[in-house]
Amino acid sequence: MSDEVTAEILTTHILDLAKSGKRLDGRGMDEYREVKVEFGFAGNADGSALASIGKTKALCGVKLEVGKPFPDTPNAGVLTTNAELIPLSSPLFEPGPPHPRAIEVSRVVDRSIRAAETIDLAKLSITPGEKSWVCYVDVHVLDHSGNIIDTAQLAALGALTHTTVPNKRFGIAESDAPFEVHHFPVECTFVRLGDAIVADPAFDEERAAQGRITVATDEAGNVVAMQKGLIGAFSPDDVKDVAERAFRHGDRMRAVARG
Amino acid sequence: MGNIGAKEVPRLLTPEGLRIDGRRLDELRPLTITAGPLHAADGSAFVEWGMNKVMAAVYGPREVHPRHLQENNKAIVQCRYNMAAFSVDERKRPGLDRRSQEISKVIAEAFESVIFAEEYPRTSIDVYIEVLQANAGTRCAGLVAASVALADAGIPMVDLVPAVAVGKIEGKIALDLKKEEDNFGEADLPMALVPQSGRLVLLQMEGHMTRDELGQALDLGVVGCRRIYEVMKQALRDRYAVKDADGASGSAA
Repeated sequence: MSDEVTAEILTTHILDLAKSGKRLDGRGMDEYREVKVEFGFAGNADGSALASIGKTKALCGVKLEVGKPFPDTPNAGVLTTNAELIPLSSPLFEPGPPHPRAIEVSRVVDRSIRAAETIDLAKLSITPGEKSWVCYVDVHVLDHSGNIIDTAQLAALGALTHTTVPNKRFGIAESDAPFEVHHFPVECTFVRLGDAIVADPAFDEERAAQGRITVATDEAGNVVAMQKGLIGAFSPDDVKDVAERAFRHGDRMRAVARG
Repeated sequence: MGNIGAKEVPRLLTPEGLRIDGRRLDELRPLTITAGPLHAADGSAFVEWGMNKVMAAVYGPREVHPRHLQENNKAIVQCRYNMAAFSVDERKRPGLDRRSQEISKVIAEAFESVIFAEEYPRTSIDVYIEVLQANAGTRCAGLVAASVALADAGIPMVDLVPAVAVGKIEGKIALDLKKEEDNFGEADLPMALVPQSGRLVLLQMEGHMTRDELGQALDLGVVGCRRIYEVMKQALRDRYAVKDADGASGSAA
């Protein structure tokens, strides 16, 4: 109960601060926390990246396996993205089957990668109809301090850009080859605090938020995915504004994820 | 999108700029809404929209199950969007897949943004959406049906919530995609509008749109939603119109 009361007081404080253009951690309304990506963290993965935005951390490991293509896409490989909100990363997360919140993170991250055509699935085909590469992108959120979606997505992009195709392990070719990444989508998330819309929400800002919006952009100037979440609403002009901001932040974050 | 390995991409626009079903780019599919078709539910609605058939029912405010989800200062909104096994070409395995769970979540959040939930602490407002026949745009059809069902159940809300998907076919922004357009189109942007505030409570997007196209799509979606809003209001008026002895509706005395 006391936790609820503290949360309530904090929410009021965050909303009051936002009215005068201020944030709890002293950031500007459109300012991200420090964005970092460290590559090759998980040595047994075919590609991995540990992304952090402020104190929020997510680790992505990519594993490639040889499997069967889906019957309806015999000439293409398979890409599967999954994000786990493991109980280690926050008191909010519990063990058990995935919570709708985790499913949303997985699907929003997956959508940006798929829609941007980051990977050319046709190139993952080995023998049409029989053998293809199956690319598993698994993200573990390790420390939840707000803005899980951007952190998880950045980890996924970082891992994909640093993946090696394990040809030798599966007897496909004599030597391993770099994994081809064609596009570089990055997601940027914003939340509404009263009339203000702030970038990269911290944990307590997310709890105070009156709506969340994520925009994925690619390097060619396209919006490739969006998701509005939480309780709250945005006008079409808000959405256009947030998309502009997502392009600006996205270009900088893309550079970090490409290493 | 999603068409890797497909044999060929069919033409989606005629030289005159008409769509495969003869619609213009800014035209909706035919939409019929029936308010209150179900007996057992507190509120219900049936939507036939193009080739989509979607039923929605609302129960509550009622006791929360499971109990621990209960909130002391407001009602919670729980939504279950489900596609019937027979609603699509290839039988869908029954039950909620991850897509359905995500859609359920964003629809619940859309409604929680307009319902006066603080009026009913410690209760649940349960929204059930069953897609019986699917032809693209089912989350929007489900949301429209559920919104009318909520009104039919007498749940106090800021406004009804019309919804529509805007897409991109052959490089052109188009309203309310049907299945072939969705399968072979270049983008899909479902949205739900609160007409009273002009704000969006559901927004998703997948595909490729430039800044300008995004702006166009949002503007076209708002126009579409406002048209759908009129159909929703009419459905509720038809349901609650005072009928005279021979069953024809007339105005109240």
